[in-house]
Amino acid sequence: MATKIERDEISGTDTTGHEWDGIKELNTPLPKWWLYTFYACVIWALGYTVFYPAWPMISGATPGVLGYSSRAELVKTVDVAKAAQKENLDKIAAASVEDILKDEKLLAFARAGGAAAFKVNCVQCHGAGAAGSVGYPNLNDDDWLWGGQPEQIHTTLKNGIRYVQNADTRVMDMPVFGPDPANGNAAVLKPEEIASVANFVMTLSGGEADAAKAAAGKELYATNCASCHGDTGLGNKDMGAPNLTDKIWLYGGKIENVEAQISKPRVGVMPAWSARLDEATIKQLAVYVHALGGGEAPVAQ
Amino acid sequence: MVQVINTVDSSEVDKHDVAAVNKAENRPMYASRVKIHPKAGAGTFRRLKWILVFVLLGIYYISPWLRWDRPGNAPDQAILIDLANRRFYFFFIEIWPQEFYYIAGLLIMAGVGLFLVTSLVGRAWCGYACPQTVWTDLYIWVESKVEGDRNARIRLDAAPWSVSKISKRVIKMAIWLVIAIATGGFWVFYFADAPTLLHQLVTGQAAPVAYFTIAILTATTFTFAGFMREQVCTYMCPWPRIQGAMLDEESLIVTYNAWRGEPRHAGRKKAEAQGLKVGDCVDCNACVAVCPMGIDIRDGNQLECINCALCIDACDTVMDKIGRPKGLINYTTSSLYNANVAGKNEHWNASHLLRPRTAIYFTVWAAVGIAMLVTLINRSQLDVNVVPDRNPLFVQLSDGAIRNGYTVKILNQKQELRTFRLLIDGLKGATMEMVGEEGAPREVVEIAVEPDKLKAVKIYVSTADHDVLKHGKSEFTFRVEELNVTGEPETAMEQTVFHAPDNDEED
Repeated sequence: MATKIERDEISGTDTTGHEWDGIKELNTPLPKWWLYTFYACVIWALGYTVFYPAWPMISGATPGVLGYSSRAELVKTVDVAKAAQKENLDKIAAASVEDILKDEKLLAFARAGGAAAFKVNCVQCHGAGAAGSVGYPNLNDDDWLWGGQPEQIHTTLKNGIRYVQNADTRVMDMPVFGPDPANGNAAVLKPEEIASVANFVMTLSGGEADAAKAAAGKELYATNCASCHGDTGLGNKDMGAPNLTDKIWLYGGKIENVEAQISKPRVGVMPAWSARLDEATIKQLAVYVHALGGGEAPVAQ
Repeated sequence: MVQVINTVDSSEVDKHDVAAVNKAENRPMYASRVKIHPKAGAGTFRRLKWILVFVLLGIYYISPWLRWDRPGNAPDQAILIDLANRRFYFFFIEIWPQEFYYIAGLLIMAGVGLFLVTSLVGRAWCGYACPQTVWTDLYIWVESKVEGDRNARIRLDAAPWSVSKISKRVIKMAIWLVIAIATGGFWVFYFADAPTLLHQLVTGQAAPVAYFTIAILTATTFTFAGFMREQVCTYMCPWPRIQGAMLDEESLIVTYNAWRGEPRHAGRKKAEAQGLKVGDCVDCNACVAVCPMGIDIRDGNQLECINCALCIDACDTVMDKIGRPKGLINYTTSSLYNANVAGKNEHWNASHLLRPRTAIYFTVWAAVGIAMLVTLINRSQLDVNVVPDRNPLFVQLSDGAIRNGYTVKILNQKQELRTFRLLIDGLKGATMEMVGEEGAPREVVEIAVEPDKLKAVKIYVSTADHDVLKHGKSEFTFRVEELNVTGEPETAMEQTVFHAPDNDEED
């Protein structure tokens, strides 16, 4: 390829000196504004590599004379946010859950904080909308196994349920009425007796049931179940015995679900959050859960 | 350079030694810009333009200082864009962000209005009202006062650097800078309480964004009006490119009437004596000398022309001098021009203004304006928004009732504390509970909303009604009624949905 730089008459600009099939290319200079901006960028970039982390080394990068790092900035941002929340968090840690509910500003703060903590710690079992699922209680409703008053929710959160690592955890296991493998498959009730009790339990909440079986089950209920669930089936929140007269069923409300639960009861476990979360966060969670719609008004002891 | 051509005819006018630097053939693709030194003009249009400069700059500089007494904590500035609190105040009107359609309406009116004006009188916006034109006018005026008129400025440009030249340049640019700072400085007053902000600006306590905005606008004003001038219109602004579609043969545009002016002769009487055909144009170039865009209007309508009409003033002065009728360059339409070229003696009258195109533009413009006015007069200062919970959609309660959750937002757009009553229409057996308030479920909830604030409350609605529960979805309405007012109480409604378990899918 021949190199012959010519001057183009029309533009007054030199060509690059290259020619391809008769086509020549003008060596048009870069626009000045562009060129100077480019130089300025180069100077800026050089300065940047001195002041900020830039050059890759074997184990990391040059730190830069300003010592900037995005991680340190994040820590700073988090500290600022924590400092901004500190006043309210201290108040929450010091107050009782009931007092928080009475203070409009603390309540709003606690609900927001509780919502955030709920998304991190609770949604795995109770769901994003706290609606639960089979075996995991719905926290929106007005039915509570261990009580829906603010302090009761707080205690449940703090100590957990059937969480053996915590000495104060809430414990109550329903006996196995069907064949019990731990006891040589001995059964407290025969299958037909279980069916009768189940039918009777269905009648407590106005559900469909076989009248004859239900009548037979009434006596069995009084002997075997009433001690925890109560004579009328209202349950007992102090021992976590569910109310059998309402429309809410943790393990399903059909007759076969009830039979299964009598024969071989399933029970849930909830961790004790005092080991993982600080007091202010637990209280915020209690406030949040209480305000989900089913919270019970505190009763003066 | 002024050259008197009295050798030919003593009664003739001065001929300006000027080249239209932006004339198509004078402007090759690769040439740098040639500086334009517009000669100061005088006449009807120049006067009109000065009046507009005063009025427009007056509006710009005075508006933020107008006060308007508002109750409560609301700002007392008549025109204020309060970004921090998301409010726009305009005298008696207060706009919330969700009412941004008023601003959109104004923008549509401005857009259609620009179409209308352009189809009627060409680029009147460019020539008279555009900030680029107004500030450039002001800068050229300063330039002519400090450095002298066109010829003096050309001489100064060519002169070697001297104390006098440097001092003139420094004085000129200092005045430009003051104007530029005032331009940028007054812009920020529209966004904060003007007297407070002025005090903060002077004492160095204003927000950095205020100084930054002033700096940017100062820099753009200084360079655009001082140095870039006509290049902004020709190369940067899109409007001149759109004008082609806006103009038609009935639009009034600044026109050189070639049918009357040609053939042009510098020495008319001599040419007449020789028996040549003589037009009215004496080729004095006065029209070119005053042109801020560096074009020759006698080349016809061109992209660069901003229709400032200064060439009309210049030419009329010359026509007066040589005893010919004014209007060799005038506002006329392309159809009249063609008719005259064809030999018909036609003149413009107002009926040219009315044609389908302008009628449609005007109708659209007026319709948007009237629609906005009507909605503004009838607008309520109470609004309610309802967001139903989607997770969970509904909650089964122990007594068999179904409960739905809603976030109800009540907007109190008045500058006073108002109490409202929230009710439910069209949902049988519905009761409400409000989070944060104790008490049994009830059918009416009372909510107080602070002045000029939005209040969001969480409402739980429950019903055990069989008719409602057998449908998966029931529509109903939240109604908000104002309480305790002396005047007419306002009411707002919002329709929403109540979800129940879909019984068809069960079992």
